[in-house]
Amino acid sequence: MNNRINKLFQEKKEQVLSVYFTAGYPNLEDTVPVIQELVKNGVDLIEIGMPFSDPVADGPVIQHSSLVALQNGMSIRKLFDQLKDIRKSVEIPLILMGYINPVLQYGLEAFCKKCNEIGIDGLIIPDLPLDVYETEFKPVFEANNLHNIFLITPQTSDERLRKIDEVSTGFIYMVSSNSTTGAKASVSNFQKQYFERVNSMALKNPRLIGFGISNAETFRNACQYASGAIIGSAFVKAMEGHNTIEQKVSGFINTIATKS
Amino acid sequence: MNYQVNQKGYYGEFGGAYIPEMMVPNIEELRLNYLEIINSYDFRQEFIGLLKNYVGRPSPLYYAKRLSEKYQTNIYLKREDLNHTGSHKINNTIGQILVAKKLGKHRIIAETGAGQHGLATATVCALMGLKCIVYMGAVDVERQAPNVKKMKMLGAEVIPALSGNQTLKDATNEAMRDWINNPVDTHYIIGSVVGPHPYPDMVARFQSVISEEIRWQLEEQTGKENPDRVIACVGGGSNAAGAFYHFLDQENVKLIGVEAAGLGVDTPETAATLTLGSPGVLHSSRSILMQTDDGQITEPYSISAGLDYPGIGPMHANLFKTKRAEYLWATDAEVLDAALELTQLEGIIPALESAHALAALKKIQMKPEEATVVNISGRGDKDMETYLKHFGY
Repeated sequence: MNNRINKLFQEKKEQVLSVYFTAGYPNLEDTVPVIQELVKNGVDLIEIGMPFSDPVADGPVIQHSSLVALQNGMSIRKLFDQLKDIRKSVEIPLILMGYINPVLQYGLEAFCKKCNEIGIDGLIIPDLPLDVYETEFKPVFEANNLHNIFLITPQTSDERLRKIDEVSTGFIYMVSSNSTTGAKASVSNFQKQYFERVNSMALKNPRLIGFGISNAETFRNACQYASGAIIGSAFVKAMEGHNTIEQKVSGFINTIATKS
Repeated sequence: MNYQVNQKGYYGEFGGAYIPEMMVPNIEELRLNYLEIINSYDFRQEFIGLLKNYVGRPSPLYYAKRLSEKYQTNIYLKREDLNHTGSHKINNTIGQILVAKKLGKHRIIAETGAGQHGLATATVCALMGLKCIVYMGAVDVERQAPNVKKMKMLGAEVIPALSGNQTLKDATNEAMRDWINNPVDTHYIIGSVVGPHPYPDMVARFQSVISEEIRWQLEEQTGKENPDRVIACVGGGSNAAGAFYHFLDQENVKLIGVEAAGLGVDTPETAATLTLGSPGVLHSSRSILMQTDDGQITEPYSISAGLDYPGIGPMHANLFKTKRAEYLWATDAEVLDAALELTQLEGIIPALESAHALAALKKIQMKPEEATVVNISGRGDKDMETYLKHFGY
C-alpha cells in the first residue's frame, strides 16, 4: 500500500515531529495556511482536528478551539472543501482526527472516499472501538488507502497492546499518561517504565508519543522512547493572539529546538 | 422479541461502548465483574437491606382516587418521590456504591442535572465514607440551588461545568474527563441508563425494583397480574427503564415514555430526543440523539433540569424503534398544568420531571376498567422556585 505515513517511517526512524491543530481555528479560513506554514517549518506529519461539540477525550485548550471553530462555521463538508487542492502544495502525510459521530453522520463510506480523493493518509478517531473498527470499518478504510491510528495508554494491557499492534497500520499513538489532552507531563518513573515496557515488546508498528508534549524538553524526552512525538494543545494555544499565522507557526516550531 | 441487552452490550442496533482507549480499563473492569458482583449473595443481602431500611422501600403504589375519577379510569401512582433523597435515583446509587466498594474504589464521581442523582450519590458516599465529586452544569447549579446545598452539606464537592449550555450534557462530559484523568481509584456513578455498556444494563437492573414492586403491589391490591399501561418520563430514561423492566416481555402492557418538549417540538427550545433525533454516538453509546446534519450535538432545553438531555438510553432507542414502547412528549406549559392538577387533586407536589408523565394522561385514551400506573419519579421540593414563579403564589 502506497501510503505517505509508511513512507515517512521508512525514511525517518527518529525525531518525527507531528503537530495537531484544530481546523477552522482561530479563523475559519486558517486551515490551509496553518498546514502550509507547518510544512514550511519542517514538521513531518500533520493531524487536522475535526471539531466536535462534545470532545470528551480533550482538555480545555482543544475543547475551546473546537467550540470556536464550530462557531466560525467549521464542518466536515467545509473542511473537505478547504482541503480539496491541498495535495497540489503539500507532500507530507496528513491525518484527520476527530470523534465518531460527525463521521457517521457524513456517512462512513462517503467520508473515507472523500479522504482518499483529497489524499488523506489516516484517521484518528479516539472513540471508535477496536471491535467496531474490525467488523464494520476496516474494509472501508482499506479500500480507501486509509490507516486507522489506535491509541494506547499506560493502562493498556500487554495482551490488548499486541492486539492493537496486529490490527494497526501506520503507527501507534502512545498516550503518555492517563489523561485528557494537554495535561502536564514530565517523564516520570512510571511513564519511563511504560515506555520501556512497550519498547521491549518489539511491536511491528512505529510509535509516536502524544498528550502533554509542549516544548523542546518534553519533545526530546519523548523521542528517546519512540520514533517521535505529537504536539497538540501547546500548538493550539500558540495560535491565539494577533500575530500572523506565519509568525505564530514559525515562532512555536522554533522553540522545539531539538527538531533536526 | 428480546428487549434486554445482548452479550456485546447492544439493544438491537443501539448501545455498545464507544470509548476512548483511556477509558477502556475502567469499563472493562466493570463489564467483566458487574454481573458476578450484583448476583452474589452478599451483594443482594446488603442491597436489599439498604433499599428496605435506608431508602424506605417498597415505595407505595397508591390508588389516586380523585385523579382516577377525573380521567374516568384507574390510576395508580408509584411513589418513588417518597424514597430517601426524594427520587428513584437512590436505587441506582445504592447499587453502584456497593459495586464500587467491591472493586476497591475510594473516589466517586457523578454528573447531575436536576441534582437528584448528585444528591443520591452524595448521600451514599456519606453513608459509605467515600470521597464524592459531583459535576453539575453551571446553569443547573443556579436553578437547583436547594440540592446543591444539600450535596455540600453531605460532604460532596460540587464542580460547575462551564462548557456548552452548562447543563446535564456538559456535566457528563466533565465527569467523563475526570474518569479519564483518574483511571485507578475512581468509580463513575452514571445516573441514567446511558453511557457505555455495561452502564445502561447495570442501571436498569438496579432500577428494576420499581416494576418488580408494581407487579406484586398491583396484584395484592386488585388481583390483576399486570397493569394495562405504565407511564414514565424520559430524559436519559432510568426511571422509565425501571418502571418498564419487568413488563418488557408482557406485550399486553402498554409502555409509554414521555419526553420533554420544552417550548414545543416545532421550536429549537426542546429536549424531545426520540421525536426529533436521529441515530448517532454520544457519551459512548450508539443511540438516538438531537444533532445537526454535521453530527454536532444540539443544545436541548426543558423547564426540568433532569430531562434536558439531547440523548436517550439505548434501551429506549430500541423500544422506540421496535415500537414496543410509545414515546409522547409534553411541553413546559402542559407539565406545569399537570403538576398543579396532581397537587390539588391528590396533595402530592411532583418533581417537574415526573409531571411530564402525568401530562400524558390528557393525551391518551383510557378505558374505565383499565389500570394505569404513573411513575412519580421524584418530589417537587427542588422545583418550588419554578412553581412559585409560574403560579404566582
